[in-house]
Amino acid sequence: MDNKFKEIVLENSDTIVQKWLDEIDAAKNGNYSVSISDELFESTNREFVNIIFSSIKDQGETKNLKEFAEKLINLGWQVSYITDGLQVFRRVTIDFILSQSDQIDTKYISELLQSVDGWVEPVIRQFVNEYSGNWENIVSLQRVALQELSAPLIPVIDNITVMPLIGTIDTERAKLIMEELLEGVIKHNSEVVLIDITGVPVVDTMVAHHIIQAAEAVRLIGATCILVGIRPEIAQTIVNLGIDLGKFPTKSSLRKGFIKALEITGRRIVDSGKKDDAMEELIDSLGGE
Amino acid sequence: MTMDLQSCVTIEKEWDIVKARQLGREVAQKAGFGTVDQARIATAISELARNIYLYTDGGKLCFEIIDNVEQKGISMLSVDNGPGIEDISQVMEDGYSTSGGLGAGLPGVKRLVDQFDIQSEKGKGTEIRAVKWVR
Ligand SMILES: Nc1ncnc2c1ncn2[C@@H]1O[C@H](COP(=O)(O)OP(=O)(O)OP(=O)(O)O)[C@@H](O)[C@H]1O
Ligand SMILES: [Mg+2]
Repeated sequence: MDNKFKEIVLENSDTIVQKWLDEIDAAKNGNYSVSISDELFESTNREFVNIIFSSIKDQGETKNLKEFAEKLINLGWQVSYITDGLQVFRRVTIDFILSQSDQIDTKYISELLQSVDGWVEPVIRQFVNEYSGNWENIVSLQRVALQELSAPLIPVIDNITVMPLIGTIDTERAKLIMEELLEGVIKHNSEVVLIDITGVPVVDTMVAHHIIQAAEAVRLIGATCILVGIRPEIAQTIVNLGIDLGKFPTKSSLRKGFIKALEITGRRIVDSGKKDDAMEELIDSLGGE
Repeated sequence: MTMDLQSCVTIEKEWDIVKARQLGREVAQKAGFGTVDQARIATAISELARNIYLYTDGGKLCFEIIDNVEQKGISMLSVDNGPGIEDISQVMEDGYSTSGGLGAGLPGVKRLVDQFDIQSEKGKGTEIRAVKWVR
């Protein structure tokens, strides 16, 4: 039976393709991105339907599918374009074959459904594979990118280094922070390191513990750690948790921490007489190079 | 008394802790908590979720808004089928930890919320309910 259905479909491919294109086109307005040009939409639809037909012809072999999927992913089209398209194809094809058949009983219909599902299934499976493979790829790339961002160390001026932390800290990242911190202190010959936690959303006992340990380790190699950027709500939760940060200096802002760091390294900001805030000026001159 | 549909997060991987915090924060926002209390709630959730992650094979955290005539608040329920806690008064002491941590988690949660109940049976698991009221 399957071969007979296939024959009908392949012989009438022009009609079926046209019906399919009409339906897809009607669905476009409601569903897909408005920014897609008509030409692009049409040529993509043609390409898509060719892939479906070549897959039916070659028993599920899908030659150009990979390339096509890559193109869709790059265009940013959602996987629903594929699944909707195949759903429409299924409906159009079943309708067409039924309209060409004279003897229709339940057995016939059940065989027809089975055949058409059998054609559509490999195409769906491979598209989903392509799409999800691509997602995994993106996720792992983003992981690498995030890791590079996760513990940046900025040697601001001689002997003073800043580590601005942004985002959630998990165990892996906490370890990385510790390593980078110690390496950086040695490499940049820092006397003071400012850890800025303005961008850390939650400081729980785990995060606090790692920060305390890091500060302790920094102290052991002869430098001082100052914790800065403690937002008011974070300060309150740290107190509620009963965490003692008394052993090392904390400052509410990076700016205050920086002034403290200058003090520790035997420097201070000299007001050159102008009205402008001396710190502001210093920061400006830092960026001016 | 009316209650919203409960929302839960299963804790198995470390990043589930972040998921639980996010969901809890959403619920807390909906209940009308301010920034400081939201931070307290997120931190309490973080502690409970991390304990599940560290000391059990898995469990879940469930949140719901409590809205009765007198007051509005959030209920945080932590349930696991882990080894259980034998001496509850011991784990509620500041500084007690079997994992080299600060041992500030559970006593800290108790201070972060308004109501704190812990029930545990050795070999069966632990259930902790924490409630915070909107002020
Ligand atoms: N859900 C649980 N099931 C079994 N044991 C638990 C559970 N939660 C906590 N415990 C035990 O209670 C101890 C104290 O927990 P608590 O959260 O107060 O401190 P901690 O996790 O050791 O350190 P931290 O300060 O980082 O939270 C833990 O070390 C652990 O032995
Ligand atoms: Mg804990």
